[in-house]
Amino acid sequence: MRATVLVRPKHGILDPQGQAVSSSLRQLGFDVADARVGRVIDVELTAGDEASARAELERMCEQLLANPLIESYEIELHA
Amino acid sequence: MSERPLIAVPVFPGSNDDRDACRALELLGATAVRVWHTETELPRGTAGVVLPGGFSYGDYLRCGAIARFSPLMNAVASFAGEGGLVLGICNGFQILTEAGLLPGVLRPNASLSFVCRDVALVVARTDTPFTSRCSAERSLTIPVKHGEGCWFADDELLAELEGNGQLVLRYASGTNPNGAVADVAGVINEDGNVFGLMPHPEHAVDAELGSTDGGLILGSLVDSARLSAAALV
Repeated sequence: MRATVLVRPKHGILDPQGQAVSSSLRQLGFDVADARVGRVIDVELTAGDEASARAELERMCEQLLANPLIESYEIELHA
Repeated sequence: MSERPLIAVPVFPGSNDDRDACRALELLGATAVRVWHTETELPRGTAGVVLPGGFSYGDYLRCGAIARFSPLMNAVASFAGEGGLVLGICNGFQILTEAGLLPGVLRPNASLSFVCRDVALVVARTDTPFTSRCSAERSLTIPVKHGEGCWFADDELLAELEGNGQLVLRYASGTNPNGAVADVAGVINEDGNVFGLMPHPEHAVDAELGSTDGGLILGSLVDSARLSAAALV
């Protein structure tokens, strides 16, 4: 089973990378109010069923993929 | 009391201040040994651990996030759990926060620029094993060199750490090089035996190179390690 994990700076956390990106977009002439930069992690799991894959991914996020102090995460499972 | 305490300096792929740390510790009266990260135990008689600066595992994912899974880090965590003295410098500080041994997290500098310069530091407490040679009246001059040294804690955690007196080292007002919350440059754990800081004391031990204030931090550790080694005998 394949999954995509999206990791984002938590709401309210200063994101200097996002600020640099949004100011560059504005320099290019785009009408941008804000941009935030996160991370995408594609994972291939051996787990067969959706529930155990999701549980496994939650643990991966808590233990390594995201730092819960500053980052939120979202898990997308692909059949 | 003239014994040289044994201080272990773990080396990860990408560490690059391990030799400087050893040289500084030797200069200050310790016996320093570098230990490769695949070892599962610290050397016999280890009285202190200094996690050096560098870019362990290429800073992949987040700084320090991968190094904490090294076999040697299990030994360091057990050592710390038993009250052993552990100091993390720069990347070493990042590893300690990722490992949950120190509170907070280190994020990219607010400026997004790598900073490399001397900073002035105010020592809030001189009753820790890492600051006993310092004085609260005199600020320290020690260099920083990092791209991700912006220490962060949310308001609740910050208030708790402040209340516990864990915010031991701060950048002098107006000189914060990275946007760290509350100008925090170094944090100690609640038990007072694990300390991490972004500035590099090992680069400030020789008058030829400017300041020797780093010797006050590392020298404090050597003093404390000597005492704890003596207590074990």
